[in-house]
Amino acid sequence: MKTKFLELKNVSKSFGKVNALERVNFYIKGEPEIVGLIGDNGAGKSTLIKIIAGIHTPDCGEIYINGKRMENWSVVKSRVSGVETVYQDRALAMQQTIARNIFMGRELTGIFGFVKSKLQFAEADRLMRTIGFTSKVFASDSAVVNLSGGERQGVAIARAFYFKANLMILDEPTTALSLTEAQKIFDFIRQAKKGGSSCIFITHNIYHAYDVSDRCVVLDRGKIVMETNPEHTTAEQLVKDMQKIAHGKVREGINNGRS
Amino acid sequence: MADLEKKQNNLDCNQEFRRSRRGIINFLVNNRRALSVFIVFIILMLLFIIKNPKIFLHREIYEAIFRSLPIRIVLALPLVFVIVSKEIDLSFVSNMTFSLWIFAATAKAGWNPFLCMLLAILAGALVGLINGMLVVRIGLQSMMATIGMKFLLLGLVAGGSNIIPIPLTFLVNTPFYNTFVGKIGNFPVQMIWAVMALVIAMLLFNYHKFGSQISCVGDNLESSREMGINVATIKILAFVYVGIACGFAGVLSGLTYLSFYPKPGSPDELMLAVLASVFIGGTPTTGGVGTIFGAFIGACTIRFIETGIIEAGLSGFFTQFFMGLIILLALTSHKFHKSH
Repeated sequence: MKTKFLELKNVSKSFGKVNALERVNFYIKGEPEIVGLIGDNGAGKSTLIKIIAGIHTPDCGEIYINGKRMENWSVVKSRVSGVETVYQDRALAMQQTIARNIFMGRELTGIFGFVKSKLQFAEADRLMRTIGFTSKVFASDSAVVNLSGGERQGVAIARAFYFKANLMILDEPTTALSLTEAQKIFDFIRQAKKGGSSCIFITHNIYHAYDVSDRCVVLDRGKIVMETNPEHTTAEQLVKDMQKIAHGKVREGINNGRS
Repeated sequence: MADLEKKQNNLDCNQEFRRSRRGIINFLVNNRRALSVFIVFIILMLLFIIKNPKIFLHREIYEAIFRSLPIRIVLALPLVFVIVSKEIDLSFVSNMTFSLWIFAATAKAGWNPFLCMLLAILAGALVGLINGMLVVRIGLQSMMATIGMKFLLLGLVAGGSNIIPIPLTFLVNTPFYNTFVGKIGNFPVQMIWAVMALVIAMLLFNYHKFGSQISCVGDNLESSREMGINVATIKILAFVYVGIACGFAGVLSGLTYLSFYPKPGSPDELMLAVLASVFIGGTPTTGGVGTIFGAFIGACTIRFIETGIIEAGLSGFFTQFFMGLIILLALTSHKFHKSH
């Protein structure tokens, strides 16, 4: 088995008195895989991915990339290691073409910095096809503002994919999207995996997570409480297990209230 | 790069994804704002010609217009870049006067006019650089910063020159004069310079990394920064570009009118006319999109209205009324182009 691409060991993070994460161990395999992060609000999912993206620095714990310990983990270091966060809409320049968005800041230029527009359009065309972006209406010279929510994320995913991101982070990619739109995003993610990119995504919808992920990680109150493989457990079973955990939480809460 | 081209040949065409539009339709769609202004311009010209064919079918009027129009074109084109980046520069006419003052004073002192012109352009660029620094490094809003700069420069020029005009008639028919404002046959050379400025600006805006990145910056500042675009440099460069144009326009205006005369107050009309040409050309203030060709046509339209209305027999007092009307109509029409 290859060395793990990313490994977090005993990572903790607290905001004031709130322990957002407590001694979390988390990893992404060396080969491409899709990991779904599941958990209630406040379970620490966002904190975890923000630590991976370098936005938050952990209070304690170690971060390894390809088996090498990383000191002073930061946004820049995370980017250099090939971690790309795909934000829903915010990452795109709405009035620009798909091609321009994909090559934003990394234009393919020839002499004197002139953009090789034809090559860019051709590359964008090819890329959108590989990622499974199907549309008869839009082409790589369509403005992003005309695309639907799912398609926009497709562009953002394509961009991360094109620049060989080892790991893509999607924060609730399917929120506020229709079923078919969400399905599109999962197709993009699967295609990206075929192309060699791993992916972590956060979702509230367990069935969504089950559809697409190789591994589901359940977080509860800052701890990883369960890690399942969709091949071994059914979604129904997972839902039951999660309800048990939630019940435990409720009961505990009541007990705490009484004591 | 070879790798990229290889991949390109092995297109996975099973998936349906519409091909990019090529050719004329694409051009029409991308330039629809500029073209609609162009149509307005053509209609106006036809109206003028019908109303007063004697004047509008003779070259004299065009010669007269082509003498002063280039100054506005040179000023308007770089402004598109600044406006696309969601900033504004209101100090450009003062900057032009300032550069002209530098040019006139040094030329009068007997320096080589080509060197004087270089100095004027450098002075303009320096003012642009300061504008950019104020906006990007200090974080002032560009509108306020450049209003400040406008008064500062006007005051500097007025105080420095004591409002004493400097005639530039000694330059007439020198090689320098003929290079920039001479005539080929009856055609004013400065119009050729204006067209060159147009070509340069179009290349920069449509085909260069600079144009591509400045559109992204104006469209989504945060994301551009995250994707590694040097936002600060891009914005400063846009202001410097305006400054360079001011220097060049200053020299052109000095040569065209053959004098430097700092009239306090008068620059505002030119400033508004140039800004209006950018806006009716189809560049909105919301950032991210703009058209260079539109600004060019916009400048032509406004200049022709000014002359045309008087020549068409309407009272000159109505010029501004019609200018305002056309500006409002053009802006209204852009609303309908927003999405297709």
